[in-house]
Parts: sequence; structure tokens; C-alpha cells
Amino acid sequence: MPKEIAPRNEMPRQDPRVRRRNFNEVALGYDLETALAEAERCLQCKKPQCIAGCPVQVRIPEFILALREKDMWRAVEVLKDKNSLPAICGRVCPQETQCEIQCVLGKKHEPVAIGRLERFVADWEREQGMRTPPLAPPTGKHVAVIGAGPAGLTAAGDLAKMGHKVTIFEALHAPGGVLIYGIPEFRLPKDVVRAEVEYVQSLGVEIRLNTVVGKLYTIDEMLKDGFDAVFLGTGAGLPMFMNIPGENYNGVYSANEFLTRTNLMKAYLFPEYDTPINVGRKVAVVGAGNVAMDSARCALRLGADEVHIVYRRSRAEMPARAEEVANAEEEGIIFDFLTNPVEIHGTDKGWVCGMRCIRMELGEPDASGRRRPVPVPGSEFDMEVDTVIMALGTQPNPLVFSNTPWLERTKHGTVVANEENGRTKMERVWAGGDIVTGAATVISAMGAGKRAAADIDAYLKDPNGPWWVGPE
Amino acid sequence: MYRITAREDLAPVTKLFVVEAPEVARKCKSGQFVIVRVSEHGERVPLTIADYDRQRGELTIVFQVVGKTTAELSTLGVGDSLASLTGPLGLPTEIEKYGTVVMVGGGVGIAPIFPIARDLKEAGNYVIGIIGARTRELLFWEDRMRTVTDELIVCTDDGSYARKALVTEPLKELCQSGRTIHRVWGIGPAIMMKFVSLTTKPFGIQTIVSLNSIMVDGTGMCGACRVVVGGRTRFCCVHGPEFDGHEVDWDLLMARQRIYLDKEKLALERYQQLCEAHRETVH
Ligand SMILES: Cc1cc2nc3c(=O)[nH]c(=O)nc-3n(C[C@H](O)[C@H](O)[C@H](O)COP(=O)(O)OP(=O)(O)OC[C@H]3O[C@@H](n4cnc5c(N)ncnc54)[C@H](O)[C@@H]3O)c2cc1C
Ligand SMILES: Cc1cc2nc3c(=O)[nH]c(=O)nc-3n(C[C@H](O)[C@H](O)[C@H](O)COP(=O)(O)OP(=O)(O)OC[C@H]3O[C@@H](n4cnc5c(N)ncnc54)[C@H](O)[C@@H]3O)c2cc1C
Ligand code: SF4
Ligand code: FES
Repeated sequence: MPKEIAPRNEMPRQDPRVRRRNFNEVALGYDLETALAEAERCLQCKKPQCIAGCPVQVRIPEFILALREKDMWRAVEVLKDKNSLPAICGRVCPQETQCEIQCVLGKKHEPVAIGRLERFVADWEREQGMRTPPLAPPTGKHVAVIGAGPAGLTAAGDLAKMGHKVTIFEALHAPGGVLIYGIPEFRLPKDVVRAEVEYVQSLGVEIRLNTVVGKLYTIDEMLKDGFDAVFLGTGAGLPMFMNIPGENYNGVYSANEFLTRTNLMKAYLFPEYDTPINVGRKVAVVGAGNVAMDSARCALRLGADEVHIVYRRSRAEMPARAEEVANAEEEGIIFDFLTNPVEIHGTDKGWVCGMRCIRMELGEPDASGRRRPVPVPGSEFDMEVDTVIMALGTQPNPLVFSNTPWLERTKHGTVVANEENGRTKMERVWAGGDIVTGAATVISAMGAGKRAAADIDAYLKDPNGPWWVGPE
Repeated sequence: MYRITAREDLAPVTKLFVVEAPEVARKCKSGQFVIVRVSEHGERVPLTIADYDRQRGELTIVFQVVGKTTAELSTLGVGDSLASLTGPLGLPTEIEKYGTVVMVGGGVGIAPIFPIARDLKEAGNYVIGIIGARTRELLFWEDRMRTVTDELIVCTDDGSYARKALVTEPLKELCQSGRTIHRVWGIGPAIMMKFVSLTTKPFGIQTIVSLNSIMVDGTGMCGACRVVVGGRTRFCCVHGPEFDGHEVDWDLLMARQRIYLDKEKLALERYQQLCEAHRETVH
């Protein structure tokens, strides 16, 4: 007789009526009892499918077993062997399309809540005080990591454990990349990010803030001035606009500006913090990825009466995490599907007062395999809005390699790098994360950081052999 | 880090700081700026590099007190440190031998025009300076400007010192005088830069301005600083801050500078009240 499968354990969350006006964390996490009950659900498969779904191959059944046996430090150890930022991934990874979609239980029942268990174990460790793992003896090699986002932090942590001296250079005044300037407090508390950054520092990694590479130093100078290797993890932070009339009126924000003001600069605590932000009564957010959901939910929390997600495709194509779409909906965000802005209206003083949109319908599939939205002629209509947030995606910021023309890039502006080891076309320079893939996920950036770290280590031990193997 | 090693009050509302920032000082060029934060709760404000000393590893910044952050900045003194300083940012000025150049500095804009004038002079240009301020006590660095110019015209709006004129008046006279002017730089409040550009336009003299848009990161990440130049949207922090003055959409720039006016007022009032309360408890 197959054993009875209990339903998946819900994670307690703040009431939507309350949380829509505060920046405290929405999901509250399991308690020990619930975590143990959820861990019980895991079948401990002989041939676990879940691991293959995880971009960094966390040994999922093994950490769940350790948790079940209440051997918490072992659970931490198994988890951290592959994932140096588990408290972050447990909160923001799109588990439903990664490990959980593969989980055997998901075929007939609901999959094991792997992400929630990961978060539980990581939070437990943080409460205990993190332990620093043993480091390899110093190798005398010095690696520069550019960018303190998930890719850079992961590469730095791994390289430090291997005995290399590592210095991270970060343009902003706080480390974390998108985790600190983009993803809001209510989804990823900044204390969690800070703790994981401190963990990386505890491995001996030095972080130099307020340092813009490409301006203060070039990559060439770093290689000349004593760095044996450079890892480029500067992300994809260049905002895109639609290039429609009216886009420069006051009240039109890029999602990056809106989120940076809110999260990094803490505009939601203005005037206690100095950075202001303007949110009107009616806000339209254009786009439907995680960035759009975060912008919409921040706008609501900053006091807007009505917030719309304006998206040119339909619900099924939305790229955001399912859990966050559900959260946004519960909080009262309004979704306008198959709708695309064509013009923004402004007052004679230069402030946004409306947005002209056109209805769309889905046509034939395009290169991405998704059905292409096409405008319905004559279906234009006006929305009354006073704030518009453009969350259309981002591209790599060219600043870091503006004076490094020999670093090859694609026509999308991403850096050409070997996916397996992160090597770029420039000797002793590796790259990974959003700067290579374009806007992607935290865990894929970490995976790239790990693979590059392993290859940097191998290279530093034996720098002979061809630098670039693969297509020209 | 970022320790203040000297302070000078150039005018009641205009302060000069010399700040320790050896790496920035080693690397920066004229026309570039830094972004500073005064405290952990502070805003990121851009300030032009008014001078630098590579040997001593120091930068000079000159700023005008206009709102909360600059007011707070003005309370610091020698030995205090800034919470952060990032730079050099923006593109440096294109220094070449153009021939005869006119450097127009208005108000606090005199500070950023100085290192550019010096570089242009060193590059072999004949440098004519025009500096001006609303009134005598706001004028500074006349002596410094004299050392880097071949001719210097000084004016005040109210005539309390030197010639009574707006900076655009002597500029227009120069343009009309028949002398060949190869390039003009104008730095100061947006409205002044707009009129400098309008003055030179009929004469077809290439005019470079340094735009002061509102910024956040200063590295091209947020898009807050966008300006329209020649019909194209540009990011002031990475494509500028210098642009062709004849191509700038000035009305848009000035509208965007007012985005946070009411909140800035609130922040300043609150700050002044806090200072007042503090003063009372001390006494
Ligand atoms: C609002 C938002 C929400 C998201 N939500 C999710 C989510 O729920 N789940 C998920 O998996 N992913 C999410 N993502 C995507 C995810 O955050 C990114 O894929 C990931 O952060 C990429 O990591 P990275 O290390 O490559 O780059 P980043 O996180 O972008 O970090 C790059 C760092 O490099 C620094 N830098 C840039 N240029 C320079 C320079 N010249 N010199 C020095 N430093 C420099 C930057 O300041 C930054 O700190 C979200 C992204 C955004 C914007
Ligand atoms: C590239 C660049 C270089 C600059 N160099 C200098 C300099 O060398 N010396 C100097 O005194 N100022 C300079 N500025 C302007 C300076 O950044 C602002 O005066 C400062 O940010 C005001 O901050 P605050 O908090 O004191 O005032 P806020 O309370 O923020 O604003 C007060 C008033 O100042 C105006 N303002 C706000 N932000 C800016 C801004 N970024 N630029 C222009 N006006 C603004 C607004 O219209 C507002 O009404 C520069 C700006 C840029 C973009
Ligand atoms: S596939 Fe699901 S049930 Fe099987 S080991 Fe992984 S988490 Fe457990
Ligand atoms: S200040 Fe953010 S892009 Fe220029």
C-alpha cells in the first residue's frame, strides 16, 4: 500500500488587507512543527527528480532527510555545499518551474514545498549565528570580482573557500545587487541579504563599495595591477523605455528608478530617509515580470489608491513567479491583459495625466515560442493615470566595458562567455549572471558564479592550455 | 575615508570642501562629477569636481545650499567625513586646441568652469572668461579664474560689484565683435545655460553646457537623469553631463528638476525644525 500523502503545508502570510499598506515581509515562514510535517511528505526517492531541476544541484532529499532527523547543522551543511545564499533562494527562486515541477509527488499530488523548507533551514541557521566553514590554505592568488550581486557574491565565496584572496568592487554604497536595490523588503528583508553578505565577508572576502569599474579602474588596469583573474558580474541594470510620446513627463519612472528609490534609498520612510518618491492616486505599471509585480506592490504600499498591471499578452504568458502574482492579486492589484500603451498624456506643467492604450490579440507564435501580440485596429482608449512605471526589462549596462573593446559582446549587449566555465574572449576575464544571460534569475546567476569560480581555481593552478575552446 | 581636510566659505550659501579621495583624485578629469552621501539616511547628490590634487590625493567640491542635503553638508567641517563618495562619474570634457574659447560661469557654476578653463589654457587656447553672480557676496574665485584666462569679464546682476549685467550680455557683445570664437562653455543654473545657448545660436558657435538633472545612481542604471538632446533621450550621468547646448530641450530639463519640489521643501523644513530643537536643548 502506498503511504497516504498529506496535503502540502501552507505557509502563514500577513493578511492581504493589512500587508498592502506595509513593507513588512509578506510570507512568515514555517515553524519547526510545520517544517517537520512538510519534510515528512518527501518520498526520499531512490532516483530523485528534484535535484535535476535545481540550477545548482542542491542535494534536496538529503537536506530534507537531515531536517526530518532534526540534525539541523547537517541540513545546513548539505544545503550550503551547493547554495551559498539559501535564505535568499528559499524566498525568491521560481521553485514552481525548477525543483518543484520535477518533484515526483507533483505528478498526482502537490509537490514537496522545497523552497519553503530551504528557507526554514537557512533562517534557523541565521538565528543560531552562521558558522564559517574551513578555508583552504592561502594560494597567494588575488581575484577581482566586479559587482556584488548574487553572481559576484557566489563566485567570491567559493573562491575564498578555495584559498584565494578576493576583492569585490561594487558601484553602489551597499552590496547585494538587485537583492538590495530591486527586490522589496516585503519579499526579501534586507537583514537577510546583509546576513548573507556578512557570511561571504566572514570567508575573508573584501568588499570595496562606491567603486565604479570602467570609471575608477578599467579591467585592463586590474589585470596589470596585480589581479590574477577578474570575474565580471555586473548584471543587467540598464532600463528600457518604450520610446512612445510623453515618456519623459514627470511621473514616468523606469522600474529601476522607482525600486531603487523605494528599496535602496528607503523612500517609503521619507522624510526620515532623505530620498523622495512620487506616487499618485492611479498608477499603471507596464510589464508583467517580477520587476513589474514588485513595482506595482510597492506603489500600493506607498499609498496609491489603484494600481494596474498593463500587459500586452495574456495571463498565461506572464513571466513573474506564480506566488507573487497570486500575492499581488490578493492585495488588489488590477490586471489589464492584452493592453499596450501607445502614448502618455501630460498636463501643460509637464505632469502625467493619462495613458492612451490599444487592445491586443494573440497571433502566431514568435521566435520565443509565445503567441505574438498584435494590436487590434481602432481599439485605442484612454486610461486616467498620474504615475506610469515602465517595467519592460533591462539590458547589460555598457559602462564597465566602455573602455575594453576587446571584450566581445552580442548584439543584445550581453558579454560572450562560455556557459560551462564562464570564460570570455578576453584572457583571464570570466563573466556570469545577468550580464551574460540578460535578465534571468538569482539562482541562475549563482550557478554561473559557481561554475566560473571552479574554472578560475583550475586555471590559477594550471594556467597552461588554450584559453578559448569553442565557437569563434 | 572621504575625510574633509579643508573648508572655505566662499559666500554665505556657497561652501568649498577639500576631501580625501586619493583614487578618484588620481583618475578624474575636468568635467566629471562625484556622488556624495552625507549620512546613512542620506540622499545621493551629484557635485562637480571643481579641482583635484593628484599628489595629495584630494578633491575640491563647491556647493550651494539649496535643500536638506546641501544644508546638512554645510554643517560639516575639517576632520569630519562623508558617508560615501563615488566617482569619477560622467564623461570628461573634450580638451583640444580649438583656438579662442569663452568660458561662462554663473553662480556656483564658476567652480566647475575653472578646471576646464585651466585645461583649455594649457592645451594652448586663448581663453576668455565671463563670470557672474546675482550679487557681490555670491561671487568667488575671481583671482583663480584670472590665472587661467587671458581675459576675464566679471559681472553682477545687481551691479553691486564690477559690471552690472547678466553674463549673457558680455557674451553677446563678444559674439558681435567680429572676433572669431571657436567654442563656448556655459555652466550654471539651467536657465542661465539656456540663455547662453540662445545667445550663441544665431552666431553658429558650438556651445557646451553641463546639465544638472536629478540623479540617483549616476551609472546609467535608473534613468532618472534622462534629458532630451537633439530629439533623443540621453542619460545625463553616462552620456553627459556635457551636451551641445543648442540641442538641449531646456523646458523638459527644467520641468524634471521640479519633480520633487514639494517633498524637498518638506524635508528642508523638517530638518531646520530638528536643528532648531537641537539648539534649544543644548542651550
Ligand atoms: C525587481 C526585480 C525582481 C526580481 N525578482 C526575482 C525573483 O523573484 N526571483 C529570481 O530568481 N530573480 C528575480 N529577479 C532577477 C534577479 O534579481 C537577477 O537575475 C539577479 O540579481 C542577477 O544577478 P547578478 O549577480 O548577475 O546581477 P545583479 O544582481 O544585477 O548585480 C550586479 C551588481 O553589479 C554592480 N555593478 C554594475 N556595474 C558595475 C560597475 N561598473 N562597477 C562595479 N559594480 C557594478 C551593480 O551595482 C550590482 O550591485 C528580479 C530582478 C528584479 C530587477
Ligand atoms: C552632474 C551634476 C553636477 C552638479 N554639480 C554641482 C556643484 O558642483 N555644485 C552645486 O552646488 N550643485 C551641483 N549640482 C546640483 C546639486 O546636485 C543639487 O543642488 C543638490 O542635489 C541639491 O540637493 P539638496 O538635497 O540640498 O536639495 P533638494 O532638497 O534635493 O533640492 C532643492 C532644489 O534644488 C534643485 N535640485 C535638486 N536636485 C538637483 C540636482 N541634482 N541638480 C540640480 N538641481 C537640483 C531642485 O530644483 C530643488 O528645488 C550638480 C548636479 C549635477 C547633476
Ligand atoms: S522528487 Fe520530491 S519526493 Fe522525491 S526526493 Fe525530491 S523532493 Fe522528495
Ligand atoms: S542617474 Fe541613474 S541613470 Fe543617470
